[in-house]
Amino acid sequence: MSLGALLLLADGRLPSGGHAHSGGLEPQIANGRVRDVDGLAGFLRGRLATSGLVSAAFAAATCADVGRSAELDAGLDARTPSPALRRASRAQGRALLRAGRAMWPIATIGREPHQPVALGALAAAAGLTPAEAAIAAAHGTITGSASAGVRLLGLDPYAVHALLARLTPECDRIAALAAARSGDPVDELPAAGAPLLDIGAEHHATWEVRLFAS
Amino acid sequence: MRAEAGIVAERDDRGGTRLAVLRGESPLLLRRTGRPDGGGVTVHLVGGAAGPLRGDELRLDVVVEPGARLEIRSVAASLALPGRPAPPSRLTVTASVAAGGTLRWLPEPLIAAAGCDHDVVTRVDVAEGGTLLWRDDLVCGRHREASGAVRADTLIRYAGVALYRHELAVGPGAPGWDGAAVLGGGRAIGTVVTAGPELPEPAVLGTDAAAMRLAGPGVLATAVGEDIRQVKAALDPWCDPASRRALTAV
Repeated sequence: MSLGALLLLADGRLPSGGHAHSGGLEPQIANGRVRDVDGLAGFLRGRLATSGLVSAAFAAATCADVGRSAELDAGLDARTPSPALRRASRAQGRALLRAGRAMWPIATIGREPHQPVALGALAAAAGLTPAEAAIAAAHGTITGSASAGVRLLGLDPYAVHALLARLTPECDRIAALAAARSGDPVDELPAAGAPLLDIGAEHHATWEVRLFAS
Repeated sequence: MRAEAGIVAERDDRGGTRLAVLRGESPLLLRRTGRPDGGGVTVHLVGGAAGPLRGDELRLDVVVEPGARLEIRSVAASLALPGRPAPPSRLTVTASVAAGGTLRWLPEPLIAAAGCDHDVVTRVDVAEGGTLLWRDDLVCGRHREASGAVRADTLIRYAGVALYRHELAVGPGAPGWDGAAVLGGGRAIGTVVTAGPELPEPAVLGTDAAAMRLAGPGVLATAVGEDIRQVKAALDPWCDPASRRALTAV
């Protein structure tokens, strides 16, 4: 394990295109469900417990056995009903792989895997453990949306980082839960869904003008 | 309370459907209803007791043989209730649909009364060439009541491959379930999975509803509402082939 490698992987400055995605926040701001830091907190808690848990479990499972990546990628397809979210996840997976290949020798996996599969493969290549892949994934599902919230609503960045600090115990808990299940058969891995993220993504994809890709 | 029920629908020699097995026990009582229609058979679930209550273990197994057409409905919403201190109540529904068979699952909503603790486990296997319409509606609490805890765990396979794998948890113990990522303060949610050789065109069905093409041969229509009426307004027409054609023609 290398803490330095883990910090690189979880760093928002990793050139993997993550800054172009709001993690489903932009449509929920547009429809008025998220207006302030409290609304963002509810959004992030739900996102962490659903797509955060799923991403963490699939990143950890890929890290534990990169040979399962095709099967795990299909498992994410079955857990992502929204075509817009599947496209966003694969675009981020491809960008992450591109950055990762410049950093470490990565096992051969598909060209455009889902983002958690790409993250797990990078973590394995960097010598990280499944638990570390899980925490990087869980962390990424909330920090990306949080920074999008600052940009879209003009929220106080200090207040938003205070919120992220309050969420760290939950982030650790979700990552530990995900890592503990990383050896499970694909059908048994976490599948927590978030209906408004799916619906919002489909509506968002039809907008003519939007700040974020998803 | 423990109860098991089962239905086996098979094609008869006149091109219709007959029920080779129709057995149930309270609270999962089954009644064949209506006249044979277009070669299909309709069965209604008739609640024979209150609940499910904590500690209840209920199971329904449905088999649709090649060429048979079965529709399952229920006469009333089911109400998950707290009951005495006991492990969570659980309803397990399994279904298999053979090639050329059709299963339409259209029960009334499940209502999560305050204090309930209920699991719904759904496992559906559709063979290549089979057709499925699977609807589940959930209401989070009775009128002006906090939601109880319900966890729905669904796996639908088509031709042996996972088509739709979804878990939804609401109420106490489900972090952020009422936040803007999950139900956003909505108190009702409905989902309809359609799978098979002929699929409806995806469409935006309303402000908080959409029909989306799955990665495999299926479409999910999902709707969130302040109450069940909004969900029904989006999903009832979607479940009716005639009005769906009119809907997409607009």
